[in-house]
Amino acid sequence: MGLFIAQLLTGLANAGALFMVASGLSLIFGVTRVVNFAHGSFYMLGAYVGYTLMQVLPGAVGFWGAILLAGLIVGLIGIIVEICVLRPVYSAPELFQLVATFGVILVIQDLTLMIWGPTDLLGPRAPGLKGVVRIMGEPVPQYDIALIVITPFVALALWYLIARTRVGTLVRAATQDREMVGALGVNQAWLFTGVFFLGCALAGLGGALQLPKGGADLLMDFSILASVFVVVVIGGMGSLPGAYLAAVIISVLNVFGVTYLPQSTLVLMFVVMVIVLMVRPFGLLGREEVAGEHGQVGEPERPIRPAGTGVRLLVAFLLALLASVPLLGSNFYNVLITDILIFCLFAASLHFLLGQGGLVSFGHAAFFGGGAYVAALLVTYAGTPMELALLLAPLGAGLAAIVIGWVCLRSTGVYFAMLTLAFGQLLWSLAFQWGDITGGDDGLVNIWPSDWASDNVVFFYLALVLCVGGILLLRHAAHAPFGYALRAARDSARQAEATGINTRHVQWVAFTFAGTMAGLAGGLFVFSKGSVFPNELEIARSFDALIVVFLGGVKTLSGGWVGGAFFESVKDVLTRFEYWRLALGLLIIFVVIVAPDGIVGSLRKLGERLGWLRGERELR
Amino acid sequence: MNRKTFLTGITGLVAASTWAASGMALMAQSGEPIKIGEINHYKRLAAFAEPYKKGIELALEEINAEGGVLDRPLEFIFRDDQGDPGEAIKIAEELMTSEGAAMITGSILSNVGLAIASLAAEKEWVYLAAEPLADAVTWSQGNPWTFRLRASTYMQAAMLAEQAAQTDAVKYATIAPNYAYGKDAVAAFKEVLTELKPEVEFVGEQWPALFKIDAGAEVQALERAKPDAIYNVTFGPDLAKFVREGGTRGLFEGRTVYGLLSGEPEYIEPLGDEAPEGWVVTGYPWYDFTEDDGANKAFVDAYQARWEETPKLGSLVGYMTAQSIAAAIEKAGSTEGDAIRQAFEGLTVETPVDTITFREIDNQATMGAFVGKTMLKDGAGVMTDWTYKDGADYLPSDEEVAKLRPAE
Repeated sequence: MGLFIAQLLTGLANAGALFMVASGLSLIFGVTRVVNFAHGSFYMLGAYVGYTLMQVLPGAVGFWGAILLAGLIVGLIGIIVEICVLRPVYSAPELFQLVATFGVILVIQDLTLMIWGPTDLLGPRAPGLKGVVRIMGEPVPQYDIALIVITPFVALALWYLIARTRVGTLVRAATQDREMVGALGVNQAWLFTGVFFLGCALAGLGGALQLPKGGADLLMDFSILASVFVVVVIGGMGSLPGAYLAAVIISVLNVFGVTYLPQSTLVLMFVVMVIVLMVRPFGLLGREEVAGEHGQVGEPERPIRPAGTGVRLLVAFLLALLASVPLLGSNFYNVLITDILIFCLFAASLHFLLGQGGLVSFGHAAFFGGGAYVAALLVTYAGTPMELALLLAPLGAGLAAIVIGWVCLRSTGVYFAMLTLAFGQLLWSLAFQWGDITGGDDGLVNIWPSDWASDNVVFFYLALVLCVGGILLLRHAAHAPFGYALRAARDSARQAEATGINTRHVQWVAFTFAGTMAGLAGGLFVFSKGSVFPNELEIARSFDALIVVFLGGVKTLSGGWVGGAFFESVKDVLTRFEYWRLALGLLIIFVVIVAPDGIVGSLRKLGERLGWLRGERELR
Repeated sequence: MNRKTFLTGITGLVAASTWAASGMALMAQSGEPIKIGEINHYKRLAAFAEPYKKGIELALEEINAEGGVLDRPLEFIFRDDQGDPGEAIKIAEELMTSEGAAMITGSILSNVGLAIASLAAEKEWVYLAAEPLADAVTWSQGNPWTFRLRASTYMQAAMLAEQAAQTDAVKYATIAPNYAYGKDAVAAFKEVLTELKPEVEFVGEQWPALFKIDAGAEVQALERAKPDAIYNVTFGPDLAKFVREGGTRGLFEGRTVYGLLSGEPEYIEPLGDEAPEGWVVTGYPWYDFTEDDGANKAFVDAYQARWEETPKLGSLVGYMTAQSIAAAIEKAGSTEGDAIRQAFEGLTVETPVDTITFREIDNQATMGAFVGKTMLKDGAGVMTDWTYKDGADYLPSDEEVAKLRPAE
């Protein structure tokens, strides 16, 4: 019994920092609709700033003062980020801002490394709270008790702010219908900035508060991100009590999981999330999204049309150029461009789902990595030849997509995205944990192409044919009646259903199709690299694809592969330099600000303005 | 941020990196430099990769000051792979085919090491895995083109198991990060300890997710198992959290803890005055070397003089990497791949710690590790009563190794 109570208390203490970071994310999303990927970075900054302040400020007052100041300082940094990076892109298509926040992550990572150096910092202990309290004979650290007490106060203060003050009223109003709030004369810009300050300050506070239980290190931004997203989603996006409840549930379950199922540490919270969302598609305390957004944000998407002669000629010319790359005689260019081609197919498959279907998937790597693993497992255990493995990889990924799609499509919007993330993570942990079959994180190695394709030039042509073929097939599907039905389901599910389209079915097929194409890219990837590791199923891989799709332009037909080609080439150049993450992050932010329609969308607009392309109006 | 300042920033970066590259090349000798491709996670694992790189640079300066290798300067091309195996493969291709590197080395993460090893076998390029610890690099996935410098997981776990077998402790609990390294480390410890002392019993196993440890819960679970002794494989931020929670909650009272790698400066230094006392660990006691330790002391002094900071274990590994490569190429008498491969087989190298041999049977070097007890001294964790254990004594018999390796 004593142990049980002690474990419960450990769980409650762990919930503290998690709740603060998650509530910040939830607030920001609720009001600004920005999915802030950089939230983990603010948490990390909180820890580092708090650590530095604690070195300077003495005693107990200094310790707690440092925590508050860290929250304040991180909040101010949040304001700078909001004003410089996000404000210019609020009118961009939905979720586009997450690309900008991704750039912020990279910048903060390198700046933190520059300022605080690479060594992990051990957090100072809280003065006066270094010992333990014996509760029924079990030791419970005093600082844990402090955290258990502090967290509800922060939660209560937040609740008061949101529920009882005028600012809170505005925030709630903006959460429900921000256009109406704007129309009623509230200065939206400052409201957004204020909320961003509050959210980031909470993240900073969380980072500083956990110092006595750990410290500050350069990997903590990503290690907390997934759990924070899970907490926000289980609680319900935008719901503060939900975030608290979910943080407690996840933390307490985790403590018991550690004791009774020690191997479960990787998956537990994702399993909980899938179960919760199956039962309550909008989280525990979340409400169904009211139709707050009046249609899509930003300008409406243009109807698609087949490429004109000029564009076709340009594409044919580019393809001819690509096909003659091996004539340069540089082995490295063959390898590099094979890599880029494979990534472009992967990005194009996600772009199809996102652009045509309006289905934002955070877990598309499940199919890329899935296809890769199917091929690798076949080669390793069945001695399957490359040709057959390349055929079965997309089929295997497609099968996975059928199952995953069936579950995920029960939810919509951000909840759909989070479910795909959860499944991506489940597949990842399966590959990671099931060492006997998948090799765990030592992966599967020695999977090389058949003899005829083992030359880099031959493999380059193989990848060229399959990737360009795949991208053209995706494009063709967009022009087919299927594509029209899919876009109808995206733009107005209700009207589409009234015209006799089974929207869920159409979306399910699209999900499977995109998964299949990602699987083909994954299959090619294995044979080009000769090995596969769980990295290919990681969240980071899904995010890579997501970033380039937005960067290329969602509301265009070619955004996926253009973004992919641009991003991969730039990355190849930049990683040669010492502070490449800083440069890449700044470049992403720069592109986001000057080209809020994505690279393709903005180039098209530019072309129209300069008269090189015919505008929309002239075509009608 | 406007376009102009951004461009200025980029230009500055380019200029800075060009300057850094030119500072690296020492053109004292005649002839084209011999290039070695070095792929690592300079950003993702900066705390480990930076001392390693400095160790390499120190060795290069010394080697080139003495006339280089085959009368040509030795040069390393450092590239960042972001800790991504696929990226490392691409870079390896570029280094070997476009940059004209003679061989490849690098990586800290085992999975990246295994990916490069697989490529090395396919393309018949020599790869020296300096830091990756996975047993698979030289055993289950071993190949003729891949060599490994550092004492593997198995060897270091065996050293600790030998220490553990000499005590009265019977009931053991283990805590290890939930990934291949952690699992290998626990399996090897169990195997060797059970062999040496069949009556031991393993009463608990904890598997926290790497860098996401829930230390309070793990400590409670370990306490619940009531072990006589604990075997720890966690490292980095996980170790810091584990030590703090374990100390606060009294887990370590009256129990000996065996910590794999826990005595390495990379891991024990960040713990400061909270470093645990009385743990039996593998590590690197650079602060204790005296004139009696000869080359060890000379290396530590040279490193501190050159970089004005204390060495980490990675510094030593980096230094020995460059030494080994220089020795192999010198022995091969050429920069041709197969000649270097043959030279590596059975190669002996004079290093700061000992004379090491790259074994012909499995391409594993006999570099050992320092085993000792931790204690606090001047507010920092150090190793005491340490001895250097020769890696050759902690490897399975040749027959067993032959069975572990795929047929060549």
